Amino acid sequence: MSFINKPKVRHPDLPTNELGLTRRDYEGAMSTLCAGCGHDSITASITEALWGLSLRPEQLVKLSGIGCSSKTTAYFASGSHGFNGVHGRMPSVATGANAANKELYYIGVSGDGDSLSIGFGQFAHAIRRNVNMLYVCENNGVYGLTKGQFSASADIGTKSKKGEENLQAPVDPCLAALSLGGTFIARSFSGDREQLVPLIQAGLKHKGFAMIDIISPCVTFNDHVGSTKSYAFTREHYHEAVHADYIPPQREINVSYGEGEVLPVQMHDGSQIVLRKLDKDYDPTHRGKAFEYLRTRLREGEHVTGLIFVSSSGPDMHDMANTTEMPLNKVPYEKLHPGAEGLAKILKRYA
Amino acid sequence: MAQPAKAQERVNDFVIKLANVNGTGSASANTLLMKSIFRMGIPVMGKNYFPSNIQGLPTWYEIRVTKDGYVARSGRVDLMVAMNAETYAKDVREVSAGGYLIYDSTWPRSTVLSREDITILGVPLARICNENFVGVRNRILMKNIMYAGVLAALLEIDLDVIRQLLGESFGKKQALVDANMKAVQLGYDHAKEHLPCPLPLRVERMDKTRGHIMIDGNTAAALGCVYAGATVGPWYPITPSTSLMDAFKSFCQKLRVDPETGRNNFAVIQAEDELSAIGMVLGANWNGARAFTATSGPGISLMNEFIGLAYYAEVPAVLFDVQRVGPSTGMPTRTQQCDLLTCAYASHGDTKHVMLFPSNPEECFYMAVQAFDLAERLQTPVFVLSDLDIGMNDWMCPELKWDDGYRPDRGKVLSKEEIEALPKFHRYLDKDDDAIPYRTLPGVSAKGAYFTRGSGHNQYGGYTEDAKEYQVVLDRLARKFRRARTLVPAPVIEATGTSDIGLVAIGSSRGAVNEARDILAKRGISIDYMRIKAFPFTKEVEGFLASHDKIFVIEQNRDAQLRSLLTLETDVPKSKLYSILHYNGLPMTSEGIVAAVLAELGDAARKAALA
Repeated sequence: MSFINKPKVRHPDLPTNELGLTRRDYEGAMSTLCAGCGHDSITASITEALWGLSLRPEQLVKLSGIGCSSKTTAYFASGSHGFNGVHGRMPSVATGANAANKELYYIGVSGDGDSLSIGFGQFAHAIRRNVNMLYVCENNGVYGLTKGQFSASADIGTKSKKGEENLQAPVDPCLAALSLGGTFIARSFSGDREQLVPLIQAGLKHKGFAMIDIISPCVTFNDHVGSTKSYAFTREHYHEAVHADYIPPQREINVSYGEGEVLPVQMHDGSQIVLRKLDKDYDPTHRGKAFEYLRTRLREGEHVTGLIFVSSSGPDMHDMANTTEMPLNKVPYEKLHPGAEGLAKILKRYA
Repeated sequence: MAQPAKAQERVNDFVIKLANVNGTGSASANTLLMKSIFRMGIPVMGKNYFPSNIQGLPTWYEIRVTKDGYVARSGRVDLMVAMNAETYAKDVREVSAGGYLIYDSTWPRSTVLSREDITILGVPLARICNENFVGVRNRILMKNIMYAGVLAALLEIDLDVIRQLLGESFGKKQALVDANMKAVQLGYDHAKEHLPCPLPLRVERMDKTRGHIMIDGNTAAALGCVYAGATVGPWYPITPSTSLMDAFKSFCQKLRVDPETGRNNFAVIQAEDELSAIGMVLGANWNGARAFTATSGPGISLMNEFIGLAYYAEVPAVLFDVQRVGPSTGMPTRTQQCDLLTCAYASHGDTKHVMLFPSNPEECFYMAVQAFDLAERLQTPVFVLSDLDIGMNDWMCPELKWDDGYRPDRGKVLSKEEIEALPKFHRYLDKDDDAIPYRTLPGVSAKGAYFTRGSGHNQYGGYTEDAKEYQVVLDRLARKFRRARTLVPAPVIEATGTSDIGLVAIGSSRGAVNEARDILAKRGISIDYMRIKAFPFTKEVEGFLASHDKIFVIEQNRDAQLRSLLTLETDVPKSKLYSILHYNGLPMTSEGIVAAVLAELGDAARKAALA
């Protein structure tokens, strides 16, 4: 942690996005996490992604639970409203907020403890409801703020800093999301900004619940030899299966891809995700195959990364609830009740 | 068959109890009976005592015909309809001396169960049904409707009224109307021919229900939420609150579907549990919608953590707690007022919450609207503490009225222009010196953005672990709660100005207390009365407590929670407060209150009062 405040000076030549905003406009408060924390790299990628999307900061809502990861929503987009709720319950707050106003972009930042232990129920049900939000799980396999206990994502055989071995089976958020009907499921690594930024952009634009599980090493409690979530181990066992590029609406695809390896996925707002299959036999639009592939690679000790599964056609929570186009918090009061005359009619059956 | 004594004549003033098996359609028959009497202009009370079960267990329905309009249980049973063989022995015992019991005489009953001091009338209901209807299910249903016909003959209930009600409930399904009416007529004709009609217990048309409706509190509360402009209803099913959200959804499906697009101006979300339901309520309110949840005691227990967050981060929320019998799972289909303390101080740390105490469905409607206004004005959770008796029973109450001039009080929410005009926005600053800060909504202006958190924060909205900064906010929250005293509804006080004895009650005890006061007054004992409508307690509550020497506190829980709250939150000396407690799960009776007051006042006081 650093105790200095961020200088407010702005370099005149900082590049601007379509709104004329610089990257600085998407930054937040100074991080109080440990120096070298994977979470800070993710924060930087989120900042970059938001700037790149030219989102007006007030269009974004940031939500989180409790834990190191959940602190990070304060470290980006200071022009966006933030809600730091209670441990493991961010999805419900996001669901309610989204129910009230479907027009905004919602980003929830959580961790493996917050999502897979105390909040596993809410995580699962937000996926089932297909709440239109980006859900980032900053996954380091340990509880940091309480000094290094194993989390539910700790792999069998991984060792804690004190040498204790984990014997319980891990919860894999990607496998869980696949089995729960998740419509956008990705895995990445905090250190891979090139992969992460377009994934975040695509996730924000995806209509429905977009989950990115990001392996984000804890430098203080889980970066030692024997840990399967250390920087060294992750880099070594990293397998990118599908690379996703985010292409905004009205922008042509100008990256050159190899024949037969490209799969463009149309998003509801006209943008596209172009999936570059690094593994030729992989099909990221087939849930069953994605599941099988992930399982097989996991058995071989590999973290499959990239956009593992995507389906852009399913109904989100609002479609299922058949809510009006206008956000519910903007429907005029007059439209919400039939007045004194209407009440008299309603009461007839009770007379 | 013994002829009942004419001396026992009770016109428009008696109690019918119907003992049934649940899941047999008896509820429709019983409601039909009650509503018919209501339609004849006679005040009536109906209470349903049902098991936490879907089919096959005993269930009772109590109808009090009450010309004086006492909508509480009296403690008597003048006419028992014993349709459940399993509870027959108990039901026979419960009939008041001189009363009547009707049973299905298709099968002989053991003479051991008979009583000399009541009249027992047999009707071969099952046999008549089997002779006239086809199909097992149909016969069971029709058997119940048939006793309604028997009672119509015995009590002189107007058959035309019954016919009209059947028409209203079945609408265009004429075959159903006909079948039900046939059953009613069969029962009616049999009774006319074989039974001593009419009984000395009977009804006579009055004109005392005009301008009134019969409605349950959950339906009325749901209607209140519609009129308050609530759009988001996250919830988790739990007896006895379920019918509140069901009613809200059903009203919305009729009133809130956009005629042009066919799309909904509401979202009812069935959550995975109560923790999630309240989280969604907070998210939606924080984001500018009016959102509420309906639950009961166990749900409140689960919601505690979020309730504390809402208090500290100042997020509006409305919670209906339709109280049921605790502790733990308790008796889910029985009534109590047992969540007062758990709601008043819900969540860890220093928290206090606004509570409203509706006494009947009418107040459920108005208080639902008030709850949203208070929640947004004060930026805090507001609890509406109803109970199973109010929530799930049909109560006679004045027709609900609506003022078209009403506009929701959205509280201190800054518009885009107001935000832009500020040098800087500070979320928790007491700018107006009224302990209520300004808030902004997401999506409006980047300049109004702030970080909502349950962790320590200063008045500017920033994170803090600074002792002084923390305390500034916490002390303002205390001031805000004191300010709530001036915004919540004042108690209803009925005082002569001469009595130094007072009686305090809340919620559904109202009916029993009203009747008890009348009974005591007839005996020369006049007692002043205060019905508290809200927490925090207003200055009127303090005034009443200060101006009476002996105060009975009537409530429906074992531990005298209201009395505790009064001693904790007012200056009243504990020694002035005498508890009258009722907590067996059944709605209160006036009898119990009268007996407790008389016992406490003692013979001397009684004689003095009578002198």
